[in-house]
Amino acid sequence: MELFVFVVAAAMVLAGALGVVTRSNPVHAAMSLVLTLFGIAVMFVAHNAHFLAAVQVIVYAGAIVVLFLFVIMLLGVDKAEDLSVEPITNQRPLAAIIGVGISAIVIAAIVSSRAGLGAAGEGVNETTVDSPDANIRQLARVIFSDNVFAFEITSVLLLVAVVGTVVMARKTKSVGTGK
Amino acid sequence: MSAMLSVVQPTSTWYLVLSAVLFGIGTIGVMVRRNPLIMFMCIELMLNAVNLSFVALSSQIANIDGQVAVFFVLVVAAAEVVVGLGIIVSIMRRRTTLTVDDMSGLKG
Repeated sequence: MELFVFVVAAAMVLAGALGVVTRSNPVHAAMSLVLTLFGIAVMFVAHNAHFLAAVQVIVYAGAIVVLFLFVIMLLGVDKAEDLSVEPITNQRPLAAIIGVGISAIVIAAIVSSRAGLGAAGEGVNETTVDSPDANIRQLARVIFSDNVFAFEITSVLLLVAVVGTVVMARKTKSVGTGK
Repeated sequence: MSAMLSVVQPTSTWYLVLSAVLFGIGTIGVMVRRNPLIMFMCIELMLNAVNLSFVALSSQIANIDGQVAVFFVLVVAAAEVVVGLGIIVSIMRRRTTLTVDDMSGLKG
């Protein structure tokens, strides 16, 4: 059963990723991205990370992809672009070599070091029928105790990002006068 | 067939290999595509590959800290997308085509 879940989710992830890279229409690429993100969320559930799976669907598939589609429609670039031209000579073969090389190096490192990884921590709580909030309780306890300073800094980061985007995207009335 | 299906269980190595492949696909996308929106989506693919490996390793070494890292990555990715799309919108105010080759105004 776990094998079946893995195979289906991996097929979703890889099909979506290839779709993002190869589709010429940005809207289709965004839809392929949704497929990948849902596959990743399924894998989060398979690893007992239920809270992260929910956040993945809400934040990524809900907010970020909608933001992408919103910008695509706002800019009016929802037309298929011509992918047959290759402005830099040999760009695609070189990019393929580099990408496959990076993957191959990482896979070699994973395979050669897989024996050294054992259960070292205090354990990840599994969500069961008796304790449906085990994962979210454990996650909250770590975030709000050990990582509370990073959490507060993250909220400042979000505020700065929102204010910065508003300042950047606002139409300035006095362009060129230096004010 | 069903006996084989019940014997073979996906270990976290499988998930790590999948995440490495996903990261490679995202890298190729960033290097090949010229639409900045698509390049952003490929960066999201790479971030998700790293998130997947965080969660897989978190369950393998039985430590919740990997999931905490993924939580922060999600928040930072949201902030990054907001700022990046704002930059793209403000660039598109001044020009008509959306190609990174045209955005070479800072080239020396």
